[in-house]
Amino acid sequence: MLLETPFHPRTAPLCHSRRWRNWSGYASALTYEPGHEYEYYAVRSGAGLFDISPLRKYEIAGADAAALVDRVVTRNALECPVGRVLYTPWCDEAGKMIDDGTVQRLGEDTFRVTSADPCLRWFQDCALGMDAAVRDITRELAALALQGPTSREILERVVTGADVAALPFFGLTGGSIGAAPVTVTRTGYTGDLGYEIWVRPENAVGVWDALAEVGRGYGLAPAGLDALDVARIEAGLLLKDVDYVSTWTALIESRKSSPYEAGLGWAVQPQPGRDFVGSRALAREAAAPSEWGFAGLEVEWPHIEKRFAAVGLPPLMAGRASREAVPIYAGGKQVGYVTSSTFSPILKKYIALATVRREFTRPGHRVKFELTVEFVRHTVPARVVKTPFFDPARKRG
Amino acid sequence: MTRRYDVIVIGGGHNGLVHAAYLARAGLDVCVLEARPLVGGATVTEEIFPGFQYSVFSYVVSLMRPDIIRELDLPRHGLAILPLESTLTPLPDGDRLYRDADHHRTWREIARFSIRDAEAYDDYGRSLFYMARAVKYLLDIVPPDPARLAPGDISGMLRLGRHFLGLEPDQLHLLAKLMTMSSADFLEEWFETDVLKATLSASGIIGTFLGPRSPGTAYVLLHHYMGEIDGHFRAWGFAKGGTGAVARAIASAAREAGAEIRTDAPVARVLVQNGRTTGVALANGDELRAKVVSSSLDPRRTFLDLVDEGELPDEVVQGVRGYRFRGSSGKVNLALDAAPDFSCMPGHGPHLRGAVSISPSIDYLERAYDDARYGDFSREPYIDIVIPSAIDPAMAPPGKHVMSCFVQYAPYELREGTWDDKREAFGDTVIDTLARYAPNLKDIILHRQVVTPLDIERTTGLSQGNIFQGELTPSQLFFLRPVAGYAKYRTPVRGYYQCGSGTHPGGGIMGAPGKLAAGVVMGDLGRGKGRRGR
Repeated sequence: MLLETPFHPRTAPLCHSRRWRNWSGYASALTYEPGHEYEYYAVRSGAGLFDISPLRKYEIAGADAAALVDRVVTRNALECPVGRVLYTPWCDEAGKMIDDGTVQRLGEDTFRVTSADPCLRWFQDCALGMDAAVRDITRELAALALQGPTSREILERVVTGADVAALPFFGLTGGSIGAAPVTVTRTGYTGDLGYEIWVRPENAVGVWDALAEVGRGYGLAPAGLDALDVARIEAGLLLKDVDYVSTWTALIESRKSSPYEAGLGWAVQPQPGRDFVGSRALAREAAAPSEWGFAGLEVEWPHIEKRFAAVGLPPLMAGRASREAVPIYAGGKQVGYVTSSTFSPILKKYIALATVRREFTRPGHRVKFELTVEFVRHTVPARVVKTPFFDPARKRG
Repeated sequence: MTRRYDVIVIGGGHNGLVHAAYLARAGLDVCVLEARPLVGGATVTEEIFPGFQYSVFSYVVSLMRPDIIRELDLPRHGLAILPLESTLTPLPDGDRLYRDADHHRTWREIARFSIRDAEAYDDYGRSLFYMARAVKYLLDIVPPDPARLAPGDISGMLRLGRHFLGLEPDQLHLLAKLMTMSSADFLEEWFETDVLKATLSASGIIGTFLGPRSPGTAYVLLHHYMGEIDGHFRAWGFAKGGTGAVARAIASAAREAGAEIRTDAPVARVLVQNGRTTGVALANGDELRAKVVSSSLDPRRTFLDLVDEGELPDEVVQGVRGYRFRGSSGKVNLALDAAPDFSCMPGHGPHLRGAVSISPSIDYLERAYDDARYGDFSREPYIDIVIPSAIDPAMAPPGKHVMSCFVQYAPYELREGTWDDKREAFGDTVIDTLARYAPNLKDIILHRQVVTPLDIERTTGLSQGNIFQGELTPSQLFFLRPVAGYAKYRTPVRGYYQCGSGTHPGGGIMGAPGKLAAGVVMGDLGRGKGRRGR
């Protein structure tokens, strides 16, 4: 039986679709309504409320906590001030990605790290000889993501003891919702204005109720993973085991990805004297780049429509996001593959995240996307574009 | 010195703006002249009552051509179309018909009335899909004229013939029925449930001075079915920020492409010299010069008000005089202190995010039409309601709502009295009708705006308040819209074009006339990949 998150007493009766997915062993709603469309639009027009409790959470504390985090992740954690959050991947010695997540700096010597999959042993092993304790706090901390243009107004009315309006992008603050202490981070997985709220499980339901109550006037809707998947692709955000394979689960070398190959080169922050796991391998890769890279693709929708229209069908791909790997061609040869793709309801475009040969990563390149219509394979033109595909000013504003 | 443009577009409604945006993108020097202080025409959102955003006239979007959204990159200019997925029809006895995106729930809901109808519903949807697919082709082409023998017309008619002969025989038959039947009769072929037929037939009467039993309304029904969102027919949407946000996004795209947009700039007449336009004269006396003038106003204004009749052949003048406007609808916009509570579906459920249709039976709609036929507004009108604030929280303060009520029939020509005298009585009738289904309504109204056909005409310039710039009946469509011989966006005056909903393919927030006309203008100027469509 799947586990229930601390919000289950609230999410279960709202889940009219009864569509649940196994997320790290927890029952997680794919949609609450029969379809995800309204939930998606709540994120872009009002606010979507996601239960993200199944994320793995670790607390790292001790005099060497900062040094440990800095040793593990590719970004320069020492430069992360208290009250800030970093998004970062982390790698093995070979510079291949293990996982990715956020690092919250709660205090000089206290961090909280989220990951998709268990990493306790890795973090502890990396701490060998350091004064830093790593604890798995996954079950001690429930979490909600409140994402969308009205999320700030809602939080301002719900959170006391913190200036939510002043919280910068990737900022962190403590505060209260009712009597419950919470941590609020201005983070999310939707590429929109949004926050994540971290709370102890016994206070979870009360926090949900407070947000739902105030949120009613602000277009708040509980939102599931189907809506999240569309939003995160629009935001150009990667999903582990979909857009890249962890070095721990990749059975063959070619399945592994470095941050450079996954489009996260910006998050590799070497510095003279900074020695993080994988730094040497990544330095070599920076000097002699891999033949693979990341690309955002815009597939020409009118061509998709035309291919379907030729057999008398409407374009049967305007539904959910797809995690199907799809070949990408150029000059008659395969030059990569799409890892995630979706019709973007807000952009009216078909967009995709892809792994391609390095020479095709530059925006403007024209490639072909394989499209199967009625069991017959075709190719349709696509263009390499910059990600995020959707990047509203309010995200950082 | 007088400023000289390549193109002057008269009217900053959505079609005028689309037209301007395409021409500006082709590198032309374009100026849009809008009479009102804000762009949009009938596609405007205004804060009539503080804190509450009213989509004053048009209120939903579905016909907006997806190619225009993409080509003008409207999402980047702020356009977001939110889904409107359900329709609730309350019944006088407290029952209701509720249809939404949940296929099985809709099936069960219809099956409460008739299991046969529930099963026919899918078949009906499929048939209309075929019809919409067949007719959609027409939305994207300049109509060829079957009475002319120019090469473009002959090849156009041949392509058209090939397109329609490619249909299965039963689809072709159905199409012929659609073009000729009444919506009530058409629906009779599938359904026996009165409320279902009535609600479906309601989209056949919108914007026309016809009842559900009048021949020709089946086509209007299809016209509303052809709305396309994300490649799927019959998807209705609501523009975030109201319909005015659509116009604002197009205006932003046009400006970015280099077009100039002047508001508070009403045009008095189009200047013509030796059968060719030279520009326009504004109401304030200023004259602006241009090679091309495109009017997005309706045919009466474009042909009869803006140019001297002497410049036009008699048959065109007669044709435009005979073109039917017959405004038949009004709006009541409400600011509400709370959500309306429908007794057939109490509470604040997802039904408030969809349409609510006051169309309990075919007889109800037909009786509403009877009143109008003899010059009165309907005592019990057809009302199509949306509550934009339930979908987009930015439309009203938290917990409060705006409610848009499209009302039919409200005939432009009243048997006695004037609309100025009857405006509030009309508003009362609408509220009384609604209060029968939502008893809390009268207690929660903070403000009401009643929009009569006369108000539509006065504010937007739409003749007789017809929301489509002329009825969408088969005799006024395709190569007959607005008049035979001038359906290809040109006029008898050289350099003077039409680009509004009074041209093919007609009204609704579609943008197709503006874009197609831009293609013709560009072709005539030898610009870009414009389509000449001779």
